[in-house]
Amino acid sequence: MIKATLKSLLARKLRLLLSGLAVVLAVTFISGSFVLTDTLGRSFDKLFETVYENTDIQVTTKPPIEGDAGFALPTSIRSEDIAKVKAVPGVEKATGQIAVNGARVIGRNNKLVPNTTGTRLGANWTGDDEVAKIRDGQAPTSDNEVMLNGQVAKDSGYKIGETVKVKTPADNLIHEFKVVGIVGNSGGRDSIGGEHIVFFTEKAAQEFLLGAPGTYSLIDVRAASGVPLATLQKDLRAALGDQYLVETGAELAKKNAAPLKQIFKFFNYVLLGFGVIALMVGIFLILNTFSIVVAQRTRELALMRAMGAGRGQMVGSVLTEAFIVGLIGSTLGLLAGVGLGALGAWGLAQTVDGLEVAGLAVPPAAIILAFAIGIPVTLIAALMPALKAAFIPPIAAMRDAATADRPLTWITISGAVVTLIGGTFLFLGLNGTGSGTTTLLLVLAGVLVLLVGSALLTPFLCRPVVSVIGRLFSWSVPGKLGRRNSSRNPRRTAITAAAVMIGIALVTGISTIVSSVEASATKAIDKQLAADLVISGEQTSEIPPTIDPADLSRIRNIDGVDRTVAVTYEFFAKAGDKDAFVLAYDDWAAARAVLHLEQESGNIGEIAPGQVVLDKNTAKDANLKVGDTVNLQLPKGAKQMQVVGITKESDVANGWTISMPDAQALFRSAAPISAYLTIDSGASAAAVKKAVDADLRNSPEVTVQTRDEFVDSQLFFFTFLIGAVQVLLMVAIAISVLGVINTLVLSVLERTRELGMLRAIGLRRSQTMRMITVESVVISLFGTLLGLGVGAGLGISVVKALKDQGFSTLAMPWGLMGAYLLAALVIGVGAAVIPAVRAARLNVLNAIAYE
Amino acid sequence: MTGTIEATGTAARTVDVWKVYGSGEAQVIALRSVSVELGKGKFTAIMGPSGSGKSTLMHCLAGLDSVTRGEVFIGDTRLTGMNDKKLTELRRTKVGFIFQQFNLLPTLTAEENITLPLSIAGRKPDKAWFDTVIDTVGLRDRLKHRPTQLSGGQQQRVACARALVARPEVIFADEPTGNLDSKSGAEVLGFLRNSVREFGQTIVMVTHDPVAASYADRVIFLADGAVVSELFEPTADTVLDKLKNIEVNAPSLTKAEAQQ
Repeated sequence: MIKATLKSLLARKLRLLLSGLAVVLAVTFISGSFVLTDTLGRSFDKLFETVYENTDIQVTTKPPIEGDAGFALPTSIRSEDIAKVKAVPGVEKATGQIAVNGARVIGRNNKLVPNTTGTRLGANWTGDDEVAKIRDGQAPTSDNEVMLNGQVAKDSGYKIGETVKVKTPADNLIHEFKVVGIVGNSGGRDSIGGEHIVFFTEKAAQEFLLGAPGTYSLIDVRAASGVPLATLQKDLRAALGDQYLVETGAELAKKNAAPLKQIFKFFNYVLLGFGVIALMVGIFLILNTFSIVVAQRTRELALMRAMGAGRGQMVGSVLTEAFIVGLIGSTLGLLAGVGLGALGAWGLAQTVDGLEVAGLAVPPAAIILAFAIGIPVTLIAALMPALKAAFIPPIAAMRDAATADRPLTWITISGAVVTLIGGTFLFLGLNGTGSGTTTLLLVLAGVLVLLVGSALLTPFLCRPVVSVIGRLFSWSVPGKLGRRNSSRNPRRTAITAAAVMIGIALVTGISTIVSSVEASATKAIDKQLAADLVISGEQTSEIPPTIDPADLSRIRNIDGVDRTVAVTYEFFAKAGDKDAFVLAYDDWAAARAVLHLEQESGNIGEIAPGQVVLDKNTAKDANLKVGDTVNLQLPKGAKQMQVVGITKESDVANGWTISMPDAQALFRSAAPISAYLTIDSGASAAAVKKAVDADLRNSPEVTVQTRDEFVDSQLFFFTFLIGAVQVLLMVAIAISVLGVINTLVLSVLERTRELGMLRAIGLRRSQTMRMITVESVVISLFGTLLGLGVGAGLGISVVKALKDQGFSTLAMPWGLMGAYLLAALVIGVGAAVIPAVRAARLNVLNAIAYE
Repeated sequence: MTGTIEATGTAARTVDVWKVYGSGEAQVIALRSVSVELGKGKFTAIMGPSGSGKSTLMHCLAGLDSVTRGEVFIGDTRLTGMNDKKLTELRRTKVGFIFQQFNLLPTLTAEENITLPLSIAGRKPDKAWFDTVIDTVGLRDRLKHRPTQLSGGQQQRVACARALVARPEVIFADEPTGNLDSKSGAEVLGFLRNSVREFGQTIVMVTHDPVAASYADRVIFLADGAVVSELFEPTADTVLDKLKNIEVNAPSLTKAEAQQ
């Protein structure tokens, strides 16, 4: 029996290829995502192991306020701390070092020198070591001299002897230094991981980086030989107390690699998403292929039955074939996945200067998942057709008569039931009060079940919808024949179209949600922002970009500028025990007007020192009302603040607004970070923008944008997201095209004699091709229309259900939906090429010859 | 065998046609120097044992297969050397087919199947002629049925009507009764003979059934790729005798060649 299966499988290589491809694609993406994460993870581990290669133990102080996303306030170690460390037995050497992020080198074009990692360190030079050595020139000897690391020199073009402008973190102001040396890393590298470093003298570093003479950011501890690091770490902790962090080099490497790995996890999810889509579409493709394969083999199987093979053996035969297809597909998919993952890791590493990709390795999870997914999925998809084949009476199968269409009642009823269940899940998920995870799971399950339900309903919809679509093509005889052919076997057409549907439904749904979010946000910003021009910069480190106050006062005097509101903020802040975002405006009255801040309760007319104004959502989250007091912890101290007013919801200004004097006293820096400008009526926004731009000469980190540009830049993420969704569609399309090709190729094979007769009675080759193309286009249009309907339905229900969560506007992605319809035409025509050529090349004589 | 042409002229003819498959050891000669002329408005049957080349001859005549040597004509049109497009055009306008397996399109109704060759060629059926054909084959009340709802005999009558409705110069019927019981077969054959008598339709039929051949005006016998004999106004008995004769006397090339 197995031998017969193998022979039959080898005899039909095409069908093996087509059904296997779906498995290959799905497994490729899934195993690829694991290889990618693994490779990148090991690359980052290696990077930070290099950085901390020579570090035995490092001592820092615990930051009073921890920021989010890996940002941390610089700590300050005093000389007496170093003395205390030196006194601990087992310490061979303890050096105070200064290393602070935010030493921003300004390029010759008076703009910030771009850096892909966002790491712009300022440090004191402590001498050559194994990792970093002076490449050219010499160490700084006076406080106005600096060395640059190779990466800065390369990215900025500055050379020894030139003057370099650096915006330093302590005062957030620009200072000029003379470049006296260039530092290179071991192995001739410019940097270890793409970072920018400016090296100062110790005194200059304390002044410009920490803003406090005689302090350091950390103590580098060298253990005496023979002293175990764990023991020394314990002794140091005992000596210093719990206000200090004592970490080994290995611990630090791990700690610092973690957030970077986290960022790149995102790409892992994207690839996994592709894998899941590929899998979902792939299941339909495999199911369809096996249905057709079994239909083709019906007579062969019946012959075996007649000769005494049992039903179990029949099913076994089909499942053996499925197992082999699954095994080969999974293996090829795994190999392709390793390639894809390695390529992806390499590509992502290119975006990080200096990151070296770790060697290729295949994580066990990738191997296990490849087979754990690829083989069972193929087996499950093949089981149904196998059972069907086993229950066909042998004599019926051996007759020439085509198996009559079975009624669609059962499948339609079960489709309706499944759709209803999915709808219920979705409804409960969207309207329920469960926790975040429960909601997400319910929504996901709902979507999944709904898709399966709609797929089951496709055969029922096939006849009416296809006959309507088909009318478009009925003007010619080949078109009419093609249309008839596509509704000939509703199950097969439906299952092929369902594969197209799934992909289109998912991207239409996601696009509807994203475009609604975008439209809602645009509307909100539009409504809430009366500014004509916005000055702002991109935040790339814990030091926010700032506008030079002198620039700002010049801007206030530009002809045509009406009002200027500057804002500063601090995110190293805690209100009570929760993280807080604290803002201060230089002109609160103007800010309220420009940002359309309206009073919800209390009095928002004025904010005096010791007072705070909140927006409605922040107040609700913090459980505060007018008159309450709250302890606001800020970098330079804590203060009890009284809530004097609460504003209505705002998407532009949400957080804790305090007075400027409080901000100046408690923020790291109260320099303006963004500014909102209104212009005189009759003035040209473009002309004023140009003047403002010219006046921002001392503010290299910020740019001025018109309101529309600002809105666009705020919504950049959504644009990116919609783009990413389209890539997802590509994958889904690629697989569903395979499905359409598969169906058509097999249909052409099945209808060989019919095609021969048509050619014999005068159908031209071109007409034959047109007939197949119409069939193909009708199937893909059918799937796309269903997908658009289901996707739009899903998207709309999500948007409607989340109306209170900021989805104020429903925006259908009409343009994209139109594009998908066009894509359907292209898919249809493209998928028809191979089968149509096969049909047209058919040898008429062979086709009509008796068997 | 020349000189048998009726006054009405020739509908199709072959001139010294050879058909050779393969080469060297595996070479098979399917037709050896076959020259036949098929009279216009006549019902001609081609007979012969399996492998005699009768189907090959018909395929060559119908423009479905190319010849190795020699020439094929339908009316005055020379088929030899035509490309696929021209042959397709010819099949559309001048040739009709009836197959053993009926070969109807299951997606179309009986009426649509009948008018299919005309539709493909972009022609409108002549209503009066269509009605005549339908009434002759007796399918009036079956026009809206699909092939699966028709019996074998009915299906083959639909196929006959499909061939007739385009009024081709020649209809080629390949074992038209091979899949039918004797009653349905007789109906179809009677119908074919009537269309020759009443409408002057030319029909060429390949068969190995002496009874079917007895409906024809003339029977041409093939053996080993060559024309070996022929009969006019045959009966089932005379055909059977002739066949026995051919099978007993191993067909000789010289005999076939001598007869020309």
